[in-house]
Amino acid sequence: MFLAVRELRFAKARFGLMGAVVALIAVLVVLLSGLSSGLVNDGVSGLQRIPATSFAFADGVQHDSAFSRSVIDISAVDSWKAQPRVTDAAPFGNALINARSGSGVEIDLALFGVPADSFLSPPVAEGARLGAANGIVVSQTAIEAGLRVGDTVTVDRIGTRLTVLGAMADQHTFGHVDVAYLPLRAWQEIKAGVRPGEPVPGGTYQEITAVAVRAADGAEIDLAAGDRAAGTESLTRKESYGASPGYTAETSTLQLIEWFLYAISALVVGAFFTVWTIQRRAEIAVLRAMGAPTGYLLRDGLAQALALLLLAVGAGVAVGTAAGSLVGSGIPFALSAPAIAVAALLLLVLGLAGAAVAIVRIATVDPLTALGANR
Amino acid sequence: MTDTGLVMRGVSLRFGDGDDTVPALDGVDLTVAPGQFVAVVGPSGAGKSSLLAVAGGLTIPTSGSVTLAGRDMTVPSAQARATLRREFVGFVFQSGNLLPALTAVDQIRLPARFGGHGSRAREAVHLLGEVGMAHKANRRPHQLSGGERQRVGIARALVNRPRLLLVDEPTAALDRARSHEVVELLARETKENDVATVMVTHDHDVLRHCTTVYEMIDGRLMPVP
Repeated sequence: MFLAVRELRFAKARFGLMGAVVALIAVLVVLLSGLSSGLVNDGVSGLQRIPATSFAFADGVQHDSAFSRSVIDISAVDSWKAQPRVTDAAPFGNALINARSGSGVEIDLALFGVPADSFLSPPVAEGARLGAANGIVVSQTAIEAGLRVGDTVTVDRIGTRLTVLGAMADQHTFGHVDVAYLPLRAWQEIKAGVRPGEPVPGGTYQEITAVAVRAADGAEIDLAAGDRAAGTESLTRKESYGASPGYTAETSTLQLIEWFLYAISALVVGAFFTVWTIQRRAEIAVLRAMGAPTGYLLRDGLAQALALLLLAVGAGVAVGTAAGSLVGSGIPFALSAPAIAVAALLLLVLGLAGAAVAIVRIATVDPLTALGANR
Repeated sequence: MTDTGLVMRGVSLRFGDGDDTVPALDGVDLTVAPGQFVAVVGPSGAGKSSLLAVAGGLTIPTSGSVTLAGRDMTVPSAQARATLRREFVGFVFQSGNLLPALTAVDQIRLPARFGGHGSRAREAVHLLGEVGMAHKANRRPHQLSGGERQRVGIARALVNRPRLLLVDEPTAALDRARSHEVVELLARETKENDVATVMVTHDHDVLRHCTTVYEMIDGRLMPVP
């Protein structure tokens, strides 16, 4: 580090510019990671907080739109309940609706129809749990958006009136829309488009979206066997995230940008140290003529790159985190410490790899060039 | 004659291959005892730099033997020769060739550190005093004159207590007065450190400070009376 530290101090401006580039990339990576987490929350937090391990959809359903397309018969629930290592299974209904609150404000809701007495019935932070015929339990984010316990919302077109019974503690959203749980029968009527007071067509109460299945703690269910018995097609809860509208496209776009940033950062650092090493060829030749061990020079060069990267990534993460905390609640944004740690580590490791490719050139400098007019 | 100084016997160095080889050194015999200050003069391209490169273990000669303090300087392993240079050879380059990022005192500390003589790093200030540069210990090369840079370069070459000091055109960038000062300093350090010194130069003015003078023409070394 003897030479490394002195060079960092001597060539402050050059190393400062290089560090600033890496720091700015780190800021961008932190903000993207926050946006990523925020979009994941917005897209699938409603699914993440369901205490089910898998969903059984209609056989052959398209995976990227399983929640909106799947329709199965409620009898599949009993078939799944009979499977080994299944603790519980319950019918699950999903529908996206437009509605109006009592004060006429338009709201979108992702309706999750579940039996009020099943394991899917969510706990509430305020108000009452599911039970009343047309009572809904909504996401905390709906409360933040202005909905109140006791409010009435009216479903567009068919005019069904739903009363807000309670609110869950956390964010429950699905495809960027606030989740509202409601009793299965109410969901089935809305799904079938039955207006209040009209006769309910036969078969309405037979149709559900999927069976929510919960495995015994730590146990794996043989999903293929269950699907054969029930005539369904299962996705694990994680796999089902891909069925949330836009989820796969959003996360893969952001991931692509993040990976490009990692690659750009590594290349920029590599290019800088290539130029820096070439600029110093004459000095390196002198050092090698004096008998400086190659290992000593390589260690010194890598330590220099590491010091620069640590300072730059550290500064970038600090600025990015500070900027992230200023992001308003209107934008889906959530900073997660593990995600930032992984991003910082990747920037460090890839940057160091880029620098290493350049720094190994030290070993190829001929000490003979230190003598005479070759210099 | 000596197993403590530099002994070169029948050293030839050829570049190129086949029939087209060009001799850079042609049957060179040279013995330099500790405390002896040898100068080699001659036209450009006569092989003076090649002589330094072979004597210091930077280049392996095509034939002949080179020993320094009894050690073979022609071993094939580049790493082994680097170790020999670090322990037994001090180089003084044209116009000092100092590292721009280091202060004068750090120029001297650096080789002491990678030479495994961390303790000698403390002698750096003392060595700077010896070459008359103690008052500019914290200046960087760009803040020093050409003669001052050479003085620091000489102190740097001496820090690991070499047996052989190889000096490449030390006065190339200096005026007459500075040239004499620098070569006088080399002569004094050669005696005081009891080191064998070989200096390559164009500058006939400074030869009176040397013990022995050789002329190199077309790779052959001839004594100058």
